[in-house]
This record gives sequence, structure tokens and C-alpha cells, in this order.
Amino acid sequence: MSESDALQIDKFKLDVAVIRLSVLEIGQQRSHKHEQLYERENKMLKIRTLLAMGASILATTAMAQEKTVTVASWGGSYQDAQSKALFEPAAANTGIRVKQETFGGMSDVRLQVTSGQVTYDVVSPSAGSAARGAAEGILEKLDYSIIDVSDFYPNLYTDYCVGTIVFSTVYAWNTETYGDNGPKNWADFFDVKKFPGTRSYRAKVHGALEPAIMADGVAPEDVYKVLDSKEGIERAINKIRELKPHIDVFWTSGAQHAQLMKDGEVDMSTGWNGRFDVARGDGGKIKYSYNQALLDYDCFAIPKGAPNRDAAMQFIAEISKPEYQDDMPKYITYGPTNAAAYETGEIDAATAASLPSSPENVALQVPVSLAWYEKWEKTASELYQEMLTE
Amino acid sequence: MQAPPMTNSDNHAAGLRRDERLEKLKLFGLASPALLLILVILVIPVGWLFYVSFVGADGSFSLENYQRMIESKSYARIFRTTFQVSFLTTAICILIGYPLAYFMAQLPQRLANLCLITVLLPFWTSLLVRTYAWLVLLQKRGLVNEWAMSIGLWDEPLKFVHNLNGTLIGMVHIMLPFLILPTYGAMKAIDKDYLKASSNLGASPVRAFWTVFFPLSTPGLFAGALMVFVLCLGFFVTPAVLGGGKVILVSMKIVSNIELFVNWGAASALGVVLLVLTMSILWIASRFLNFKNMVGGGQ
Repeated sequence: MSESDALQIDKFKLDVAVIRLSVLEIGQQRSHKHEQLYERENKMLKIRTLLAMGASILATTAMAQEKTVTVASWGGSYQDAQSKALFEPAAANTGIRVKQETFGGMSDVRLQVTSGQVTYDVVSPSAGSAARGAAEGILEKLDYSIIDVSDFYPNLYTDYCVGTIVFSTVYAWNTETYGDNGPKNWADFFDVKKFPGTRSYRAKVHGALEPAIMADGVAPEDVYKVLDSKEGIERAINKIRELKPHIDVFWTSGAQHAQLMKDGEVDMSTGWNGRFDVARGDGGKIKYSYNQALLDYDCFAIPKGAPNRDAAMQFIAEISKPEYQDDMPKYITYGPTNAAAYETGEIDAATAASLPSSPENVALQVPVSLAWYEKWEKTASELYQEMLTE
Repeated sequence: MQAPPMTNSDNHAAGLRRDERLEKLKLFGLASPALLLILVILVIPVGWLFYVSFVGADGSFSLENYQRMIESKSYARIFRTTFQVSFLTTAICILIGYPLAYFMAQLPQRLANLCLITVLLPFWTSLLVRTYAWLVLLQKRGLVNEWAMSIGLWDEPLKFVHNLNGTLIGMVHIMLPFLILPTYGAMKAIDKDYLKASSNLGASPVRAFWTVFFPLSTPGLFAGALMVFVLCLGFFVTPAVLGGGKVILVSMKIVSNIELFVNWGAASALGVVLLVLTMSILWIASRFLNFKNMVGGGQ
């Protein structure tokens, strides 16, 4: 359901990298002036430390004079794409300084808001988790007099969260193992006689039950009807239980399932379509299909009590414009939420047809039901966890 | 006649007592910063943890967090896996670490120092890097499998990672120094004359080892083993990466509980149970082992 839940460790790793980068940045700004000094007093660590401290104080005061926003997203190839298509150009055009971080989803926002230590200004959660966050009151209401959604698809923004990309949860297979005759639907994915080999599946319940229930013979349009009871949920989990001996890895992040497929560690995996495309671009022998895939979207939101709320609103308004959204598909196969992005001529016909949001692809897929997750997430998650520990 | 001396000695005793009280007060004064620190960073947070674990989702006092642990079968399994993994890791660490520490203790000091540096070397590399390195080495098309298959050691790739094997390999690698260092320390502190004396009395080298050397080295070994075991109980990164999502430990469940239930109570309750179980194990261990010796460092 969410674009990717980078592991906490991934996040920590990147946090450290961000800190290192900012130190480097400060170093670069100041290094020219202090270069000779460094050479002369090479061994005097104390002075260096003092200089670094002084530099950081100077840098902080300089920063305070311009607008800054801290943006948190999912890392990996997805955030790279966001950075190139949205964040960096928008920063250049608006003069807002952008500090990027990676996060583990709404749970991180929840921790920040409930502990009163909010550092993120803009976050990029999945629509479902944002809906839950909005219900809990941990998000700021978006100001649609600033953010222009007149050309947006009507169901891709809410009061608290404005859509940025449309993505799909798909099944991918290794073309070395299965050739082009890969699985045609979820039933094939679950069929280890017809398609012998190892699988990877999500470690969380989000986007895990829908495929299983379809594999068990439920028609795509009835998925959420059947899952709307504890028996239905157990039926789906039983299907996964059957497959479990063949599931080598339960993945926890988009970067992970992309890596698993690229390395040939597993023969098939569920996952987010854009990540698989990037992995294939890096030489992975991977294909995926939109048939019976789960259609979902990611959005931008502002945590309650964000330190730079107004700048954040302005920044979100900027990156929601079609001239930014139309660049995203160049880096990762995720579709725009602003319909006007198709009109700018930046997205060619072939690319448009490959996106999860193209009309032909949409027709093949099952839209994720936010209402179902609101009602059943906890129950389903508990049962799913129980199955995982068996 | 006899009254004055008594008063004197009474005075004297009272003076001594006063001095003693004063000294205790002074010592307490000296210790107070440390005591305050322990209060602030240990007693209060742990107390808070206990308190929060009894707060339900609606904010009132409730036992629901503990009830859930009893009702849902997964919790018992997770605790079992956690203790199983910790126990196995500790056992393997002892099997590998003790002989290595023994070998190092026999080496001339210069060589032993070199060995110590290599033992410590992993400490200077990030835990994440080491964990991911194992993943790269041991995965299906990783270096070890490719190499072994190319020279014909085995035909099908062996499953080293994304299971219990991988978790244990990674954890043993990271925990080994924690076992070796105290064991080595205890071994170095053993007076060589004891061994000479035992062979002088006719003991074979094997007998001398088992009846003299080994018992003298156990305080260090136990201290190391205990440290490894306790650290393993709360380990998160390595099992999360190398376990393939199938080896689920308490630490991972704490994370998923925070994400799922949104309140700290559910996660705190897990922390409390782990803490209580660990304390009980330490208490039972203290019935059989001499803790004072361990903390004292060997002699």
C-alpha cells in the first residue's frame, strides 16, 4: 500500500549520510578560507573542532534568513527520481532551500507529532496511511487556494494529502527462469507446480491479501467484498500459508524487493512497478504485468506543527504543477496525478502507455480501497503477523 | 569515680559515630552525581516503561497489552525464537571464541596484541556494512555459492541467508569480540605457576587444563557469554536483514507494534516482558555462578 517502507536501518543509514553531507557542505563553504590554516595546524584537532563549530553556527544563521523545508520520502530509486524531477528544480525556481531526508512512513510522522518534536515539513506517504494519519489529526489541512488542483484527477487528493504519483503493486518474474512465458495472473504467481521457483512477498499486510484472494479464485471486482469479514481475511492468509514454504524472503522495502529480483535471489516477487523498471534498467532480468495489479497512489502532506508550514505549502504547490510532474516518468515509471502533466508534451505516447495510470493499464487493475484498510488494517495485520511467525 | 571515663568513652564513641556518619555523607555526596544519572537515565525511563505498558489504547489503565500477548499465539513464538537465537548465538560464540582466546593467551605478547587488533577490527566497521557484506557473500548467487559451485563443492546453491542460518552467522560474527575479550582477560590473569605446580604434581596437560586452567578462566567466559546473550535478546539490525523476514524477534515485534497500534503501551508491554524474563534468567544464573567474580574480572 505504501510506496516503500524503507527499513528503520535504511533510514538511520541515510540519516547519517545526510548529516555527513551537511557537514561536508559546510566544510566546502568554509574550506577555502581555512585551507592554509588546516595545512599549518594539521595536528591540532581542537582548533579544527572549534572551526567546524564556528562554521556551523555561521551556516545556521545564514540558513535562517532564507526559507527552508525538510522533505522526507522513501529513499532509493524513488526518492532519486523525486529529487531530480521535483525537489531540486522546485528549489531552484522558488528559492526555497530543500533538506531531504528518508523516513519509514507515517509511523515516523506519528512519533514526531506525538512527541512534539516535528522536524519534517513535507512528507510523501501513501494515500492509505495518509488517510489514517488525517483521521488521527497528525496532518495539517492543505490550503487549496495555494495548491492548484483544478487539473487533478478527482479521487487523487484529499483535504490533507495531495497526490503526486500513481503506482501499482505488481507481480514480477525473472526472465532467465521463466522466459517471456511468465505468470499471467495471481493464480500463476501462487502456483509453484506450474512455475517452480522461489518467491518473495511483503512482510506487511498492505497489498498482501488482495493478490492471495484473487489467486484463490475471487474475481478482481469482488476482492474487497470477500475480504470484508474475518473469514475472508483468513481465507487469503491461508492461501499465503500454502505458498509460505516457497517464500524465501518477506520484503520490507522497495529497495529490497528490487535488489532481490535484480540479484536473482528469488524467481518471483510482489512489489512496486517503478522499482522493478529501475532494477531492469540496471541489468536485472525482470518483467512484470499490470494484470490484476493493485492501483494506488502516493501523496504529499504536512505534519501537524511542521516548523515551516507556510513554506511547505508553497513548496507542495510548486511540485504539484504539471511542469514538474511530467518529468517524473523520465526517472521512474510512475504516473502523474495532475492530468495536465500529459498535455505538456514531455511524456511521449510510449511512456504514457507504460505508466500504471494509462487508461489501458488502469482497466486491468484493482484500485486499492482506503475504506477497507481503515476498517480492517489492525485485525488483518495481527492475523498476518501470526502467520509469519509460524 | 567510674562515671567520667564512661562519659569519655561515650563521647569518644559518639565522636566516632559522628565521624562515620559524616564520612558516609561525604561518600554519598561524591556518589550522588552518578546516582542521579542512574536515576535519570535508568530508573525513571524503566519505571515509565512499566507505567506505559498498563495504559490502553483509550488512555486509561488496562491490561489489554498483556492480554493481547496471551491471546495471540504469535507472541509466545516470538519470545521462543528470540531466546533460541540468543542461546544458539552464545553457544556458537563459546565454541569458537574460547579456543581462540586460549590460543591468544599462549602466544607471545607481541603476536597476541596483533591478534587482539584483528579481533577488534570488526568493531571499527559499521554493523550495517558487516551485515550487508554477509548478504552479498552468502546469497544464492553470492560469492561463496558461486565459488563453491564452480569448483564443484556443491551443485545447487545453498541457502545461507534469509533464514536462521544467516541470522546466526551474522550475529556470531558481530558478538564474537564481546566473548573473546573478557575470556582472554581472565586467561591472561591466570598465574602460570599454577599449571607448573599441577604438572609437578603429576597432572597430564589435559588434566591440568580441565582441573586448573579452565575453572580459573570461567569467570571471564561467563561474563562474556552473559554479555553476548543479553545483547542478542535485543538485537534488531542483523536478524532483520539476514533473517529474510522469517526470523522474527522481540525487537522487530516492538517496531511493528508501534507502527500498528499507534500507542506506546503495546510496545512497552513487550519491553517489560523481555526485561522481566531477562532479569529472571540472570537471577537464576546468579544462583549457580559467582557474579562477584565476573564483575571483579577474574581473580
